[in-house]
Amino acid sequence: MKPPKFDYHAPPTVDEAIALLTRYGGEAKLLAGGQSLVPLLNFRLSRPAALVDLNRIPSLAYVREADGYVRLGAMTRQRTIEFSPVVRRRLPLLAEATAFVGHLPIRTRGTIGGSLAHADPAAEYPTTLTALGGEVVVRGPRGERTLQAGELFQSYLATALGADEILVEVRFPAMPDGAGFAFEEFSRRHGDFAIVGIAAMIIGQGLSCTAARLATAGVGPSPVRLRGAEEILEREGLTEAAIEAAARRAATLVDPPSDIHASADYRRNLTRVLTGRALRRAIARIGGPECPTPSSSG
Amino acid sequence: MPPSPASPVADAKGWIGRPVKRIEDARLLTGRGSFVDDHPPIANIHAAAIVRSPHAHARILGYDASAALRMDGVVGVITGADVARLTRPFSVGVTAPVHYYCTATDKARFVGEPVAVVVARNRYLAEDAADAVAVEYEPLPAVVDVERALDPGAPVLHEAVGSNVAGHRRLVYGEPDRAFAEADIVIRERFRFPKYGSTPIETYGVIARWDPLEGAYTIWSNFMGPFIMHPLTARVLGVPENKLRFIVAPDIGGSFGIKSSMYPYMALIALTARCTGVPVKWIEDRHEHLLASSSGTDRVAYREIAAREDGTVLGMRYRWLDNVGGYIRSPEPGCSFRPIGNFVGPYRFQHLEVDTSVVMTNKSLTGPNRGYACGHLYFETERMMDLLAERVGLDPVEVRRRNLLQPEQFPYRTPTGGLYDSGDYPAALDKAVELARYAELRREQTAARAAGRLFGIGVALAVDPSVSNMGYVATALDPQFRAKPEYLPKSGAVDAATIKVDPAGRVTAILATTPQGQGHQTVVSQIVADELGLTPDDVTVVDEMDTLSRFWSISSGTYSSRFGSVGTSAVALAARKLKGKLVEYAAHLMDRPAEQLEFRAGSVRLRSGTGPSYSIKDLAGRAHWNTESLPEGMEPGLQATAVFGFTVSKAVDENDCVNSSNTYGFIAEVMAVEVDPETAAIKILRYATVHDAGTIINPMIAEGQIYGGALHGLGGALYEELQYDEGGQLLTGTFMDYLVPTAVEAPVIDIAHVVSPSPLTPLGSKGLGESSSMTVPAVIANAVSDALAPIGVRISELPMSPSRLWELIDGARKSAGKA
Amino acid sequence: MSDTVLVRMTVNGQSRQGLCEPRKLLVDFLREDLGLTGTHVGCEHGICGACTIFFNGEAARSCLMLAIQAAGAELGTVEGLMSDGKLHPMQEAFHEHHALQCGFCTPGMLLAALDLLRTNPEPTEAEIREGLAAVLCRCTGYQGIVKAVAAAAGTLRDAVETAPALLRHHPLP
Repeated sequence: MKPPKFDYHAPPTVDEAIALLTRYGGEAKLLAGGQSLVPLLNFRLSRPAALVDLNRIPSLAYVREADGYVRLGAMTRQRTIEFSPVVRRRLPLLAEATAFVGHLPIRTRGTIGGSLAHADPAAEYPTTLTALGGEVVVRGPRGERTLQAGELFQSYLATALGADEILVEVRFPAMPDGAGFAFEEFSRRHGDFAIVGIAAMIIGQGLSCTAARLATAGVGPSPVRLRGAEEILEREGLTEAAIEAAARRAATLVDPPSDIHASADYRRNLTRVLTGRALRRAIARIGGPECPTPSSSG
Repeated sequence: MPPSPASPVADAKGWIGRPVKRIEDARLLTGRGSFVDDHPPIANIHAAAIVRSPHAHARILGYDASAALRMDGVVGVITGADVARLTRPFSVGVTAPVHYYCTATDKARFVGEPVAVVVARNRYLAEDAADAVAVEYEPLPAVVDVERALDPGAPVLHEAVGSNVAGHRRLVYGEPDRAFAEADIVIRERFRFPKYGSTPIETYGVIARWDPLEGAYTIWSNFMGPFIMHPLTARVLGVPENKLRFIVAPDIGGSFGIKSSMYPYMALIALTARCTGVPVKWIEDRHEHLLASSSGTDRVAYREIAAREDGTVLGMRYRWLDNVGGYIRSPEPGCSFRPIGNFVGPYRFQHLEVDTSVVMTNKSLTGPNRGYACGHLYFETERMMDLLAERVGLDPVEVRRRNLLQPEQFPYRTPTGGLYDSGDYPAALDKAVELARYAELRREQTAARAAGRLFGIGVALAVDPSVSNMGYVATALDPQFRAKPEYLPKSGAVDAATIKVDPAGRVTAILATTPQGQGHQTVVSQIVADELGLTPDDVTVVDEMDTLSRFWSISSGTYSSRFGSVGTSAVALAARKLKGKLVEYAAHLMDRPAEQLEFRAGSVRLRSGTGPSYSIKDLAGRAHWNTESLPEGMEPGLQATAVFGFTVSKAVDENDCVNSSNTYGFIAEVMAVEVDPETAAIKILRYATVHDAGTIINPMIAEGQIYGGALHGLGGALYEELQYDEGGQLLTGTFMDYLVPTAVEAPVIDIAHVVSPSPLTPLGSKGLGESSSMTVPAVIANAVSDALAPIGVRISELPMSPSRLWELIDGARKSAGKA
Repeated sequence: MSDTVLVRMTVNGQSRQGLCEPRKLLVDFLREDLGLTGTHVGCEHGICGACTIFFNGEAARSCLMLAIQAAGAELGTVEGLMSDGKLHPMQEAFHEHHALQCGFCTPGMLLAALDLLRTNPEPTEAEIREGLAAVLCRCTGYQGIVKAVAAAAGTLRDAVETAPALLRHHPLP
């Protein structure tokens, strides 16, 4: 399983990378962390004419906090995110989700930009971007534009990125202090992609809920924002009955696939179960300390 | 780094039975192992890439390698046409005319079957050229289900055979029909056992060279036996056996039986080397391994049990459909017949009917895999015992106790010809029950059930066969066929060891057992140290297989858990022979009768303790430097070779009885699980296992084998399956979909031993390598069935993925809701 | 532009280089061009972890990197764990606790375990298992490895100079 031949470029700036993409007319692929792309190359499922390696552009990796937003350069490593004090304080849901991303050696190389651009709906970052209302900055030959999560993810492994565009930054509104949060995931083994995953953020106090955010992994071609379930909590508060109702509603909002690992019915069931578990954990954290350890899979 | 024994030098206590740390670790921990792809044995090695069929079933109409041959670095391409022209098909273990070559020739019969080989300067270039080889196919309908393959009108894979049945035997022992007619209770069940394999982290590796002047092949590889495959391969390549040399890499990265089946690739790469005129290396990649290496069979089994009201089993019926894939590749149908001697397991019943069909479908090929046929056998039998327990209202432990063979019955001849050499099954079961705190678990279960939790306890017992007798394979053939004068019977299980002492007194043991991580060097050093009164540090062990220069027989190799039994026996006997020589020599030097002397702490001296003593070093120096000092008739040089064979290894008789293995251990285990009612995730709460493998030479290594074997069993029970769609496409062709358990999924195990030494081996040891791989599917299926009993769900199929289990639970709940 | 390039890097503290195509995987470069055969190939798609090395002080899968990406980097492989002819405490612990059988996953397991301890010097057993899930073993059932890592955690914590040279240059972010 060796990669096929390709031209290789490692430009020092984003603009040169874009120029290369344009030059190859859609036949070049961007190499970020390589944890998803290189397996495809090794299986020869991907045969690009060229690889444009982004790893020699140091300006693409950063974690910054300003004006209520956390901005991450697209080439920021998942490992950096996992241990970043800024992320743990301001985006604890992202830090918790990161612990589910593969294994530590994968996170050494994997990047947030790469993960979002790859758009595997069973991955953790697209779901977290969706739940937190994040957006990405994309640069191309005609300049920059911003895409919301819902605009970015179009289908399984497909995004709105043009062939000559590069995702350069990921922005999240900082989570309000004291927000409850949980990333709940069920997979067959530790570190696998989610069969079903739920990202939850709850802003509230006591039994009242100001805002609920729920997004899925693994139940469709893109992450699903469970607005119908969120509305139940925002309307009825954080009672056990409301949690149950929201969880049941969540299962009706998804149309999951069947594959060798899980049937559609089972995924629907897990959507209900994990939504309930995520909500209970998130609610228990409201007003509490940041970034507790995530629960294990299975 | 010297190996460090667990405790300081002792004299009489001995090294056998001590957890001596491993000699092998030094090189393996520092990246200095010698795996087949590490150190090129010769120059100018080129790389092969194999072109494989994308179709599960297709006629091959033609090849066009012209584009490939023009590409950078390519030296040659061979196709199935060359293979058909230049090689013979492999012998198969049945009489059906199945023509199995090392590539597809007329048809491809499974996705991934090799159809051509490209050789280039390196693997990257070879894969580039392999992409450019064009093969014209006429796709044919495929069949993958073992029962669908028997339907009239099913696609037939081998026209010459006329059906997809490679072999069928009906074996009758005792009077099963009468037993069933007289029974109070008859229970029937259908089981499905999945296709999975042990997937060692190191894949197949072959380097081949053809010497045109000698007319000889040399093949370096990580093949580990049985070496019956050597003459088989020589015949295929059309060379005399002494013109085919197998050299085995000193380090093999795991096998678990899977590398037994790589010999067709050895033939293929050897042929490729000959045709292209350069040495050729092929290192299998992981995708190829999942696609086209080896696995156990998937099986559909129909079981019947006949019993009395008190739970005594009178007889059983087994009807098996074993799916061997596109061809029946030797040593299949071991998938059915390997455990024939222990078909009845640890139970006393005398009446058995076995109706076994070996079926070919468009899946990859099968062969030995850890637990070989016993994982299947005990899953079915132990589930039936639990169903019986449920029917007669007995605890599952109690129903087994009532049927167990008793210690006074040993050595025990089973109805099918097996000879269980030793054992105390009730004691082992009692120990497992105690180790698991079974009574406490049942109390916990009562409380858990009251709280609505799904808490279950499973039990499984197994007779653990080790050292296969080569003769068992012939049971696949009709007795009338075997009675023909041209038919040569087969039997045997043999191993050899040589121990020599160099002029400076250093002891070296030489074997050719092809270990793949079982610590043979360490174990051998312990045995030799014990016999010769040395420490393991004093003993050098060389374990390297080369069919040209080492002693070997067709049963040689490390598979079927044989080293612990036959390998260690050869070592012990060689050491004793050498010791006898040393005593005889010292007696001559002292001018005393040998009976007055003893060998102790590395020296020979008078039993009375007075007088001179001669250390091994003293004797070695004299023997080498002054051969005149040797007694008359003694060979110069201090060395001894022993070849150990089991006399209980006989050919199958006309009643289809054969002692298929030589030593038989026993396993009793108990597992407690809890099933999450919402996600159907299974949590193992306790897992206790008791093993009787006779004398344990290194308990640390034994424990490692049990842990490893258990996880292989757990993999097949919960995570691993080679899944195909109806068109024969493999759906689990990567490690993302074929799920090997990680450290998180691995359970902690409470382990205890019972020791019933074998009367057949000098040390009393038996094999232990497969161990719980054969019982974990049974014990966890029983535990989960027990957990789900309140809902009325019984497990008859593996693997138990959360999704499948949830569907069963949900289905049962819905039916209950409707009722 | 598939010509070969000269790739220079530091491996186990030594300056090394080789000539290869851009598509050559780092694990193949280490084994074939630099003769460092201690790192093994097990799957070539980033799951089994047998190819794990240190890349600028952090464990990474060398089957998922191109050799050219390692130009200018500091790499550590299993061959660099010993110092002054003595085993690293992690290697000692593996030996003491029977944490290897065939040895094929062992180089990857050693390095993954070391990286785990750097990010979590006092892991619980559950955390050790989660960290070790990065590398697959088919021989040991993981029990010996878990015990070895727990023991090594104690040893490394107590030692003043806990990390071999290859780990020292790159503190955690």
